[in-house]
Amino acid sequence: MNKVTLTIDGRSVTVPEGTTVLDAAERINITIPRLCHHPDLNPVSACRICVVEVKGDRLLRTACSWKVQEGMEVSTNSKVVRDSRKMAMELLLSRHPMRCTECVRNGSCELRACADQLGIREISFEYHQRQGGLDTSSPSIVRDPSKCILCRRCVQTCAMVQSVSALGMEGRGYEVWVDTPFAQGMADVPCVACGQCIDRCPVAALYENSHIDRVWRALDDPNLHVVVQTAPAVRVAVGEEFGLPAGALVTDKLVAGLRRLGFDKVFDTDFTADLTIMEEGHELLSRIKNGGKLPMLTSCSPGWINFIEHFFPTLLPHVSSCKSPQQMFGALAKTYYAEKHGIDPKALYVVSVMPCTAKKWESGRPEMTSSGFQDVDAVLTTRELATMMKQVGIDLPNLPEEEYDAPLGISTGAAVIFGATGGVMEAALRTVYEVVTKKPLENVDITAVRGLEGVREAEVDLDGVKVRAAVANGLANARKLMDKIVAGEADYHFIEIMACPGGCIGGGGQPIPTSAEIRKKRAEAIYKADRGLKIRKSHENPAIQQLYKEYLGEPNSHRAHELLHTHYTAK
Amino acid sequence: MPDLAKIHDIVKVYEKTPTPLIYILKDVQKEFGALTEPVLSEVARITQMPLSEIYGVATFYSLFTTQPKGKHVVRCCNNAPCHVRNSKEVLQKIKEYLQLEIGGTTADGLFTLEFTSCLGLCAVAPVMMVDNEVYGNLTPEKAVAILKDYKLKGSSNA
Ligand code: SF4
Ligand code: SF4
Ligand code: SF4
Ligand code: FES
Repeated sequence: MNKVTLTIDGRSVTVPEGTTVLDAAERINITIPRLCHHPDLNPVSACRICVVEVKGDRLLRTACSWKVQEGMEVSTNSKVVRDSRKMAMELLLSRHPMRCTECVRNGSCELRACADQLGIREISFEYHQRQGGLDTSSPSIVRDPSKCILCRRCVQTCAMVQSVSALGMEGRGYEVWVDTPFAQGMADVPCVACGQCIDRCPVAALYENSHIDRVWRALDDPNLHVVVQTAPAVRVAVGEEFGLPAGALVTDKLVAGLRRLGFDKVFDTDFTADLTIMEEGHELLSRIKNGGKLPMLTSCSPGWINFIEHFFPTLLPHVSSCKSPQQMFGALAKTYYAEKHGIDPKALYVVSVMPCTAKKWESGRPEMTSSGFQDVDAVLTTRELATMMKQVGIDLPNLPEEEYDAPLGISTGAAVIFGATGGVMEAALRTVYEVVTKKPLENVDITAVRGLEGVREAEVDLDGVKVRAAVANGLANARKLMDKIVAGEADYHFIEIMACPGGCIGGGGQPIPTSAEIRKKRAEAIYKADRGLKIRKSHENPAIQQLYKEYLGEPNSHRAHELLHTHYTAK
Repeated sequence: MPDLAKIHDIVKVYEKTPTPLIYILKDVQKEFGALTEPVLSEVARITQMPLSEIYGVATFYSLFTTQPKGKHVVRCCNNAPCHVRNSKEVLQKIKEYLQLEIGGTTADGLFTLEFTSCLGLCAVAPVMMVDNEVYGNLTPEKAVAILKDYKLKGSSNA
């Protein structure tokens, strides 16, 4: 690639052709202030905070989109630049309610940080509220247009990353705004509740519907037995909320922290992830043997389920009937666990901690009541859990290490890798191989299905039985595979889909910010967790074996179907 | 309920046009009067484009409207030449008479009130348009008299 040499603030720098001024400046440790720019997305240059002076140009240029040229002379700190940035920021702030002390993004707000970076001390314009009221129609996602700064990240995320386009830019000029079409509300557009827009919103114009209050109420109620389950991806991310580096693996401290919050039992969604593998693996084998619908599609990502229900309803028969591990857990907690321990399921309250906003929506689906009650009562995101811990001064990094409770806290390495894209596929193959061949799998690291690329394919040879597999993460990538199935060009047996980029580690409920770099570190931590466990195949989980022996009989049994399987509805 | 089947034919006309959306919306609006929710949802379904994108275009151009308009559209000029010849009072009187703000439509569906920019008839300012008719040299009273006429005609046709 051709190199280009330019000077920035008098210092020479050489970068590949096509680099933006913003990235070139970064090379020589000049951090140009920015607001609408996001590394996952295309520059839209909406905020004009990043302006710089380019010698010979009459206009200031936006560094986030302006490409370097040979011999270019850039100034990032002249008076014109400083004044212009301040003006742009003051104009933005004049349309912002500035209620930071009562704001969910108080600690992670990019607008606040940027205003601080620019040294804003007063705003020369009068406050003028943006149009649009609070939208609380969705069980997962809240929109507060009064805080929107029109950076368009959500619009791009929803369109490009997820190929959903629930949100759009509307109107023009001074009164342009972001909304659902015809102000229909988030519950009435095809929003799949993935929360990727929340993750990229620089302010609190998008956030999760909080369950913190209801969880505190349950914990404060002496008549309730409150249990909690933690999804695999939470343990590799929650540390970030407490200042630990991305990818810090804090499983045992997380358990200790949850005990200190007052949960009666601390269980693990990994337990039902292992169970999912048993049910889904056997479902796959029976589909292959009995000529069922293939390829079979995984079902543990509720954002993905919303997506296929909205956009590819004709493909629903391909989706595995297995509930997500969260919902299997709820159903078993209020039946198996309650019976075993003589607890009245009415007095049992199930809380999930999830990297995911769509799980909030899922927990309220009418099908998710197979225990006779709502199986999962409340769903906290990783962020909400951190907020609760901070509320009561739990300092996660300095907690002792504690273990999950038995039996619903016992799990394997196959379960923890559910947190990264490709993990369900790998876990399933580990079990399917041994079930089919009745031989131990020599190398459990099936690296062919790992990685963070959007779509991956692999053919895995199970002692002569070839399984053709595909893995997609991010719904725009899922859409590509679905188009292939519709066109009759997909001869896979099994496809794993995760709605969020990178899988659950990049979920819409994870700490903000999440970037490609951070997703990579969290994924590495997931595989490290897997390697650190003695048992790494779901069917070898002793608690799962006991569950089948005592309660379910065998995989896909009648009782398993009642509690652990579900159906889907075209939307 | 409008006959949404017509949308299909309109979309078909532009099958080979590279970026057909604006043309489609123009024709659809002509057919249905406004780009309402059921109408645009049908456009989205047939073109396989996201509704949010179509709605974005429909709200971007001032020639498009997502709200059904009245039978008669009253456009008052608000540019400088009309302004100095008292267009403000004319507009005020019209607003009072129709009980409308700019952009609104009367409850009986007879009138929609809008601004227009200069019509090039400054010699006879202040000016208003009702549908395709231009009325100049207005006074507040004259403007109301004209609208009363439309109202009478409107109810006799009804
Ligand atoms: S979004 Fe940021 S600037 Fe706005 S109220 Fe919240 S913390 Fe303050
Ligand atoms: S939650 Fe996901 S689908 Fe819904 S608006 Fe946000 S990005 Fe789009
Ligand atoms: S809602 Fe958030 S992400 Fe979307 S445009 Fe507004 S500020 Fe940006
Ligand atoms: S960051 Fe460059 S215009 Fe917003």
